[in-house]
Amino acid sequence: MGEGLRAYGLIAAMWVRSTMTYRFSFAMTLLSNFSATAFDFVVILLMFGQVEGLGGFSFAEVAFLYGTAGTAFGLADLALGQVGRLGKRVRDGTLDTLLVRPVPVLAQVAADRFALRRLGRVTQGLVVLVWSLFLIDVAWTPARVVLVPVMVLGGGLIFSAVMVAGAAFQFFAQDAAEVTNSFTYGGNTLLQYPPSIFAADMVRGVVYVVPLAFVNWVPALYVLGRDTPAGLPGWAAFASPAVAVVCCAAAGLAWRVGVRSYRSTGS
Amino acid sequence: MAGGGSFVPEHRELTVFVDTDFIELDGVEKVFDVRRKVGRLRRARRQVRAVDGISFRVPRGEMVGYIGPNGAGKSTTIKMLTGILTPSGGRLRVAGIDPARERTRLARRIGVVFGQRTTLWWDLPLRDSYRLVHRMYRIPDARFRENLERCVDLLDLGELLEVPVRQLSLGQRMRGDIAAALLHDPEVLYLDEPTIGLDVISKAKVRDFLRDLNAERGTTVLLTTHDLTDIEQLCKRVMVIDHGRLMYDGPLGGLHEVGESERTLVVDLDRELPPIAADGARVVRVEGPRQWLAFPAARSAAPLVARIAAQYPLVDLSVREPDIETVIAKMYAEKRGRA
Ligand SMILES: Nc1ncnc2c1ncn2[C@@H]1O[C@H](COP(=O)(O)OP(=O)(O)O)[C@@H](O)[C@H]1O
Ligand SMILES: [Mg+2]
Repeated sequence: MGEGLRAYGLIAAMWVRSTMTYRFSFAMTLLSNFSATAFDFVVILLMFGQVEGLGGFSFAEVAFLYGTAGTAFGLADLALGQVGRLGKRVRDGTLDTLLVRPVPVLAQVAADRFALRRLGRVTQGLVVLVWSLFLIDVAWTPARVVLVPVMVLGGGLIFSAVMVAGAAFQFFAQDAAEVTNSFTYGGNTLLQYPPSIFAADMVRGVVYVVPLAFVNWVPALYVLGRDTPAGLPGWAAFASPAVAVVCCAAAGLAWRVGVRSYRSTGS
Repeated sequence: MAGGGSFVPEHRELTVFVDTDFIELDGVEKVFDVRRKVGRLRRARRQVRAVDGISFRVPRGEMVGYIGPNGAGKSTTIKMLTGILTPSGGRLRVAGIDPARERTRLARRIGVVFGQRTTLWWDLPLRDSYRLVHRMYRIPDARFRENLERCVDLLDLGELLEVPVRQLSLGQRMRGDIAAALLHDPEVLYLDEPTIGLDVISKAKVRDFLRDLNAERGTTVLLTTHDLTDIEQLCKRVMVIDHGRLMYDGPLGGLHEVGESERTLVVDLDRELPPIAADGARVVRVEGPRQWLAFPAARSAAPLVARIAAQYPLVDLSVREPDIETVIAKMYAEKRGRA
């Protein structure tokens, strides 16, 4: 684990240094990353120009959901965005070259082409989140205050686990990148809206099957003083870190199984 | 023991530990399940025995050629030796380590060069790749500088250090790859087709470098190739593999005897002449002033060349090695003949 993080740092730093040699081009891609993701939020703004509420949620509340999901997803995307391309490496056998180095493969795959421009997405999520904190009408208690950063970090870990598990799946189905994306990018979009606008089965799936609901829905509804979704008990609002740990362990296991099943390619 | 002069050699023999089983394979197998489309929806499963029960030992410090035609199982063997693939059967150890189980630990002690793909970072300049290797393998600074300088010097990389890997030619990239594989002082170096597709000059540079490496540093080298010239110039010992089985393991000269193979001397005369008459060689082809003479591969070409040069108006000549396919075909014929 320590060795993996160290290797990740080394490789990521190398990529940052190499992109920073072209400062102007870096600034441009950062800006375009920021605005591309901001477009999602513009859609929500426009929607609220037409309606008063969405599934019983005010604009401020939806912005809060958007900000928490967006920031959590942005962090995971910044750290692990590259693992989604694993299928290609498996298909063409270039994973071979990573397997002969003395550091964990996951660290190498994740840090490959590490791109700071992905900070654009994190920044955009954070801006909306901070803005929403001024707008929402909440009786702040210590528990609610603590829950906001805990939810963003725990959510980042849950998204990370989903990304790694999805990548591990690509060891078996090399063209499954789209499936993986529907859970990560799709999940992010889903969590930006209140659960009340989705079918009950869908919400149950996001709670009990792929526990993305713990990224923000479950804790955020507590912060907003609403009922927990899908009939969860109230304390579930504080379960995000535990869920994150379980998800990461499961993803780590899946990754291990994937690497062991790797069979390279014939020449 | 009082070290009297005459005892010294014997004493040395007792204390120097000769690691004869540095690489050990016992009945190693690798079977691939291959699924292939037949017709529209049906898929047929088929088993490919890429490596089919191979056993050998390589002592520390040896340089061994591992040859065979395409699809023989050479790369698969290397992938098992490095821990990329887990054997389907048999036992395999490198420096006492089971590669598939302890891949990462073994990685510090081995160097790997793949002819077909680079282990360098494609978009980074060569120097950045080396810098990463430096940190990743925790190579002491002084050692790293020394090794890099040596490689840059011998492999002629000085001009290339700032060039991104993707802009290098195949020969340049291969030299860059070899350097990257050696910066951490590996005990063994595996090279999978290191000279495939290289120009003559790059080939010669790579061969010289490997010979020095083995002689000066005692690095164990296992090299796959289907170019017999590589083996001839580098390895005393050669293993021939075909259809996943070891066909031959011994000195190169012995291979020529087993296979009764022949080398070809291509002679350019200054004009058209009747076929050259020379002992121990026969003319197999004549095309204008150029003639092709076949002679037993186990024999030296020098006396033959001297004789021809003395009797004929010689302009130019070259020696062609038998290709591996021919050698192996003859080996099969021989076995069948004996059975
Ligand atoms: N990953 C793989 N999946 C399926 N078949 C493979 C794989 N790797 C190798 N093979 C098959 O195994 C045999 C040996 O391949 P390989 O070891 O690459 O041969 P060589 O390196 O001697 O040319 C070939 O028939 C090849 O098609
Ligand atoms: Mg091969």
